[in-house]
Amino acid sequence: MDNPIIVTLEKVTKRFPAGKTEFTALNKIELTFRKGEFSGLVGPSGSGKTTLLNIIGSLDCPSEGVATVLGKNISSLSHKESAELRNYGIGFIFQTYNLLPVYSVYDNVEFALLLQKISAPKRRKAVMDALEWVGLADRAKSRPSTLSGGECQRVAIARAMVKRPALVLADEPSANLDSQNSHMIVQTMKRLNRELNTTFIFSTHDEKVMQYLDRIIYLKDGMVERDERKSED
Amino acid sequence: MLELKLAFKNLFGSGLRTWLNVTVLSIAFVIILFYNGMLDGWNMQAQRDTIEWEIGSGQVWHPDYDPYDPYTFADSHSKIPSTISSLIERGDAAAILLTQATAYPGGRMINTLIKGVDPNQKVLKIPSALLIEDNSDPEYIPAVIGSRFAKSAHLKEGDRVLVRWRDANGTFDAREITIVSVFRTNVPTVDLNQIFIPLEKLREMTSMFDEATLIVLSDMAGVPVQQDGWSYKNQDYLLKDLKDIMAAKKGGSFVISGLLLAIALLAIFDTQVLSIFRRQKEIGTYIALGMTRKKVVGIFTIEGTTHSILAILLGMAWGVPFLMLLQKTGIPMPSNADQAGIAIADKITPYYGAGMILTSVILVVLSSLVVSYIPTRKISGMKPTDALRGKIV
Ligand SMILES: Nc1ncnc2c1ncn2[C@@H]1O[C@H](COP(=O)(O)OP(=O)(O)O)[C@@H](O)[C@H]1O
Ligand SMILES: [Mg+2]
Repeated sequence: MDNPIIVTLEKVTKRFPAGKTEFTALNKIELTFRKGEFSGLVGPSGSGKTTLLNIIGSLDCPSEGVATVLGKNISSLSHKESAELRNYGIGFIFQTYNLLPVYSVYDNVEFALLLQKISAPKRRKAVMDALEWVGLADRAKSRPSTLSGGECQRVAIARAMVKRPALVLADEPSANLDSQNSHMIVQTMKRLNRELNTTFIFSTHDEKVMQYLDRIIYLKDGMVERDERKSED
Repeated sequence: MLELKLAFKNLFGSGLRTWLNVTVLSIAFVIILFYNGMLDGWNMQAQRDTIEWEIGSGQVWHPDYDPYDPYTFADSHSKIPSTISSLIERGDAAAILLTQATAYPGGRMINTLIKGVDPNQKVLKIPSALLIEDNSDPEYIPAVIGSRFAKSAHLKEGDRVLVRWRDANGTFDAREITIVSVFRTNVPTVDLNQIFIPLEKLREMTSMFDEATLIVLSDMAGVPVQQDGWSYKNQDYLLKDLKDIMAAKKGGSFVISGLLLAIALLAIFDTQVLSIFRRQKEIGTYIALGMTRKKVVGIFTIEGTTHSILAILLGMAWGVPFLMLLQKTGIPMPSNADQAGIAIADKITPYYGAGMILTSVILVVLSSLVVSYIPTRKISGMKPTDALRGKIV
């Protein structure tokens, strides 16, 4: 437990306008995440998992409280600074993969690097490495539309990992996958977590995913209900 | 560069709609080129014809001569200044004497302008060489007229017609002239109600010996020394009316070009709005991947603008052969088109100048840039979380 803390949430509250009143999606969340953690937010639909991941990913700001991610206070970042934080520090994996359909698998993965100033040969190596990690090097030239759901999600993992971010946020990554593919992608991520010491935060209500998590944070009605760590065997 | 690459990929990826837009825009582009090419060709032809038939490289006017006021014609004649006469002797200028007259073809009465020209002049295209006098018959007056006048006065080659004029002393005199030739010209202002007869004959008829109203200069004449109040008018001055008319026509072409372009641009605008609406998730993904909103706006703007680049390429592909063909065959004009009083040929040879083409290209690209950009500003106000959820904005 000596790893440094990279995400700190202090009394993070998020309210959304709902008609004339407001709806509290997150209520005074207090959490920290350390480097190398493989953890997940678990809870029923509407419990605030996505909202919390969006705040950690600097796609949204808390209404109250302070979210500090990789040393940056999310609320104080300009558009450009938060883009930079996401670009260099955070990888996203979505339930619906969100691959760019007109791009090849290779281009999709390379995209993340194109935003950084990385030379072409280095880029090529990094992309091919990332595709090796997820076992899709031979599909580099394929279009996402020709891939299965599991393959698409693996491309998305490669895209999130290729820039070797400190933090990866995976929002219900297995929700659209069958059981075999669900196991496979979580195993892939677990391996990358060990090899690269990347911090993963999931959101899920999938038992298959949960069994791989080192820490499970139960959310209910926008509040942390329980925060369980698996004892090291 | 990333934006450009993405824009092309997205455009080619989105298929039919793109090509529909590109085709419409390419049609607008080619029609703009065609229309402006036709006007420029017409303008050049009209200027060239007007220079060749009427104004030469410039003119020197009698101090009282005012082409817009026929009442001045009676008094605007005098001996030709010596600096000009030497030009005439060299063949670099032609003297013209004007007299208002009334012609009576077939019992009708028509106000005309008799122009005395030297049969030997080479400055203007008027077929003055056909004005051969008959030495045995001093009463014989050969005349050439333009086809429009011939038609309106029902005159033809060989016809004789009575004309009545005032001489230098204001006394009426009348004689018959003989139409020796009817010439065709694109320049109505040397045609309608004008009668060309030998200069010496007119001088003799009006007792205006050695006199002239105006001198037309050839391009060898240079700028003459102005003498005795006679004033030099350069080509620009003399072409002003024509240029004003052409400018008005050009204005009309802008309106038509603008309308055409507007239709094409509306399609692009619509596509942009739709694509931003439909591709919210993609926009959210770009932002999640660390793209700034500015860059995303850039991608979509470039994507819209790329329509115009493709349209120009497509327009070149089918437009160049089409426009070349029109240039080769010329564009036939309706025979009554010259009623507008501006020189117009039976066929116009369009002229596609580099400047005109460049202006059109820039116009198309810039305007599509603007209509592509306007809808994309919506992206800046979009919340990435909403965009990712594909929530309707
Ligand atoms: N942009 C928004 N505007 C209004 N309400 C929202 C918005 N985003 C989320 N919510 C609401 O906040 C609650 C939590 O949503 P979410 O974080 O997506 O839950 P989960 O991911 O756990 O299913 C839900 O009730 C949802 O309707
Ligand atoms: Mg969710």
